[in-house]
Amino acid sequence: MKYAFFLGCTIPARARNYELSARKVAEKLDIELVNVEKFVCCGFPVKSSDILSAEIMGAYNLCLAQEKNLDILTLCSSCASALTEVAHKLAEDGPARKEMNKELSKVGLEYHGGVKVRHLARILYEDIDSEELKKHFKKDLSGLKIASHYGCHYIKPSEIYDGFDDVEDPKSIDALVSLTGAATVDYRNKKRCCGGPLLPVNEDVASSVSKEKLDDISEAGANAICLVCPFCAVMYDGNQKSIESQFGTSYNLPVLYLTQVLGLAMGFDRKELGLNMNVVKTKELLKDYFE
Amino acid sequence: MGSLSMDRAEPDFKNELAKQPGGENFAACFACGTCTASCPVAAVNEIFNPRRIIRLALYGFKEELFKSDFIWLCSTCYACQERCPQGVSITELMTAIKNMAFKAGYAPSGIKAQNDLIKGEGRIYPIDDFDNKKREKAGLPAVPTSCPVVEELFPQ
Repeated sequence: MKYAFFLGCTIPARARNYELSARKVAEKLDIELVNVEKFVCCGFPVKSSDILSAEIMGAYNLCLAQEKNLDILTLCSSCASALTEVAHKLAEDGPARKEMNKELSKVGLEYHGGVKVRHLARILYEDIDSEELKKHFKKDLSGLKIASHYGCHYIKPSEIYDGFDDVEDPKSIDALVSLTGAATVDYRNKKRCCGGPLLPVNEDVASSVSKEKLDDISEAGANAICLVCPFCAVMYDGNQKSIESQFGTSYNLPVLYLTQVLGLAMGFDRKELGLNMNVVKTKELLKDYFE
Repeated sequence: MGSLSMDRAEPDFKNELAKQPGGENFAACFACGTCTASCPVAAVNEIFNPRRIIRLALYGFKEELFKSDFIWLCSTCYACQERCPQGVSITELMTAIKNMAFKAGYAPSGIKAQNDLIKGEGRIYPIDDFDNKKREKAGLPAVPTSCPVVEELFPQ
């Protein structure tokens, strides 16, 4: 398995823990990640102001993968949806692709269709046999009580995602987490958004949306959150302290990327998984799993 | 919310909006409110109400929408769109309204800044040498500190 590795903007700058752990897990599973230096932003952040420009950025990135004859693997859910949407729109050799190719001709490119975009979590869920995955595990994570957060763009809009997971009752992340022996905790309003896309518009509203979920997860008795998007991590991990002080609440709820959970089971150490970069400290939670 | 005088309505607006991607069948909305009931933002802040936004659009209250703060509060989570019994692409519709408002010169400063940054730099968090030093220390490959292609993709 070999993919064009789409890092996006947030991960290389603000979520190196995610990138480190994802590279480790991928390597262990013989998933080759090809770095493509010329990739630009996926386009998602300009969608609300200028959808055409967002799609041009998406299509440009698809062309770079096409040049290498590779499908795209993403770690960020927003990148996954923005790029999948464009790939979906340009899949047919019709007027939409013709129009887009006029734009792309400015940089001497032409998109021919056929590049598939998938999030790493989806690839693990769809392509890797669970018994095969378990063969790589060295540690049993029973004792952890993990609340999975799916977020939005990892599975929605459903029409672009071939129904790989059920948007009203998603299972893919829980299924992967439970292979490690950790308990998966169900909670109220599990499908709710993190609020992250509202940060540039209204920080208070964004925090209020996040706070609801932190309340629900704490109430359900989970001792960690597992997620697959760096935007969601900004809200739950990076901003957890400020949400606590804004609302007078206390969570102290470590936030782990799915790749950190799987990497932990695979026996990688703290530094290899970038756990030192998680904002809410994980030392106490994970003390039994490291010598 | 107060009442709005129909004198201020621009009935053509709904046709204009219906031509945008996402606007195609929004007139099918029968105001059931599934969108608002499903919305995580409406759950914490009542000024954001997707059903009301669709009504305003159908009546043609263009200026009320464009000048409002609330159209920007859609987090694009798709909860509404996935559940709409009339098949209205509500999230895409919200994006279409925001795009039209942006073009008309109305947008929060954060949205304008994000647009300028990405079209100028190619990334929402441009990478500098300091970032690459931290990446190197963590054993990660360097990422380019500029994306010159955006100048050709988005000529000023």
